[in-house]
Amino acid sequence: MDYKEIIAQYDGKAGGIIEAYHALLREFSYLPEEAIAEAARIFKLSTAEAYGIATFYSMFSVEARGKNVVRICESAPCHVAGASDVVAALERELGIKMGESTADGKFALEFTECVGQCQATPVITINGKPYLDVSPAKIPAIIAEYK
Amino acid sequence: MAEEMRIVLRNYGKIAPLKIDDYLTQGGYKSLEKARAMNTADLIAEVKKSNLRGRGGAGFNCGMKWSFAAGAQADQKYVICNADEGEPGTYKDRLIMENDPHTLIEGMAICAYAIGATQGYIYLRGEYPFLISTLNTAINQAREKGLVKNFDIEVRSGAGAYVCGEETALIESIEGKRGEPRFKPPYPPSEGLWSKPTIVNNVETFANIPVIIEKGADWYASIGNPAYPGTKVFTLTGDVNNRTFFEVPTSTTIREIVFQFGGGIPGGKKFKAVQIGGTSGAFIPEALLDTPVAFDSMSAIGATLGSGATFVIDESRDVVDVATRIAGFFEHESCGKCAPCREGTARTAELMEKINEGRGSNKDIALLEKLGNVMSYSCLCGLGQAAPAPVLTTIKHFKADYEAKFM
Ligand SMILES: Cc1cc2nc3c(=O)[nH]c(=O)nc-3n(C[C@H](O)[C@H](O)[C@H](O)COP(=O)(O)O)c2cc1C
Ligand code: SF4
Ligand code: FES
Repeated sequence: MDYKEIIAQYDGKAGGIIEAYHALLREFSYLPEEAIAEAARIFKLSTAEAYGIATFYSMFSVEARGKNVVRICESAPCHVAGASDVVAALERELGIKMGESTADGKFALEFTECVGQCQATPVITINGKPYLDVSPAKIPAIIAEYK
Repeated sequence: MAEEMRIVLRNYGKIAPLKIDDYLTQGGYKSLEKARAMNTADLIAEVKKSNLRGRGGAGFNCGMKWSFAAGAQADQKYVICNADEGEPGTYKDRLIMENDPHTLIEGMAICAYAIGATQGYIYLRGEYPFLISTLNTAINQAREKGLVKNFDIEVRSGAGAYVCGEETALIESIEGKRGEPRFKPPYPPSEGLWSKPTIVNNVETFANIPVIIEKGADWYASIGNPAYPGTKVFTLTGDVNNRTFFEVPTSTTIREIVFQFGGGIPGGKKFKAVQIGGTSGAFIPEALLDTPVAFDSMSAIGATLGSGATFVIDESRDVVDVATRIAGFFEHESCGKCAPCREGTARTAELMEKINEGRGSNKDIALLEKLGNVMSYSCLCGLGQAAPAPVLTTIKHFKADYEAKFM
């Protein structure tokens, strides 16, 4: 589906712009400029307002990023459980730093706060799917699932 | 010795979450039927009398809140379930929704009947995308069986903003806006979603409702601490042997939570501190562990019950480093609407980093204390008001750890 069709599905839904952005994210992994302008038109907002909404929420990105979004929780429980070692392992495995995307456009690497899986820290998510009790040793196999 | 008691998690592990017949076999939706046979004033009086207080952190009497919305005149009213669950270390609402979605729907439907609402929303945090279909399936099942009449529920997703757990920010977000808290009053029960009377309750609050209707207000009011009766779900993280969850009466003490249910500290190490209520909670030292977890007992020691997240650190942990990480959390999550929080969280994080890196002095501690005090009363919403607590309480109870970092 192209971005216009995706947004059109939410036309008429009160407050539906955030749902539309989620749907765009599932398709493109970020919110392209023309899609934000289109969302503004459909939801009768100014482009500035539509941007304001897109940039407020940490899950939305207005910049192009890798297709598979890898997020690592840095909240205190994951922090003391060794999240920084996992960060180092992810950076090594993907050859990028936190906040960057791989050159082939396959992966984006980001920090997140708690994702609500604190029974098994440290935790990472890939496209929203949680991986529990991760350790540097487990990273290559997890990443390989998405290659 | 304290014992576990399951009210909101009563069906955990006992039913297949998406087999509505399982839920019905356990007496599910009988409370809704019973509630519908009552007049709404009596129903609300019953909930009020149970003294159920909100499990989302503010501890407001649930029945009282409902009475405000019931009394408001409007052509449309709304019921919202706050399933934003963003407080680090918390996953209790996920447990309820994952394992017993119908209990939430039943609780919401009882509320809708009580206040006269026909539309409900579940605002589900963006980090739980896998629960969207669970909730929608359960909603459809209840609808198809004709159990939930004249009441529709829609699931809306958050998108990774902690502040959207604050009820007016949450409402803004459902309206499709930036999730910035509103000025209060008006409060949601008089003017909430699309300016209509709205009840916002936490998942765990709603999950208590069917049981209260079934067993009665007096039964509920007699459990745990009389001023904050019932049970509370705790989720344990950090340096404890049992990093798990459990539900206990509110008369249980912090010591029992950490040492009995949590099984104490691993590796023969000593306890250092526990932070209850999530990342905005106070750090509590050994000397205060015999406090009951009930809302007001916690307030009395300058702490909070909050979401029930319980984060334990042992003697080998660097408390200043942990508080610095937490200060970073608030800098990141401040929505920026009001200056004391926007600037205050940034300056707090800056000062904490300075101290943590060994460049601090007593002057910085004095600044942190002054700033924290100003924030606690001048910030617009609970985020900014509570943000200084972890820093202020670690300074209060673990000053020596701070001083050890000075050059
Ligand atoms: C920064 C902030 C975050 C909050 N996060 C949540 C949350 O994740 N879940 C929740 O139920 N309440 C949260 N609250 C409390 C809500 O504003 C509100 O008091 C609650 O949803 C009311 O429901 P209750 O009466 O059932 O507790 C938060 C408050 C603040 C200030
Ligand atoms: S206190 Fe912080 S989070 Fe709350 S409104 Fe002000 S800036 Fe936003
Ligand atoms: S603290 Fe990392 S998942 Fe909750």
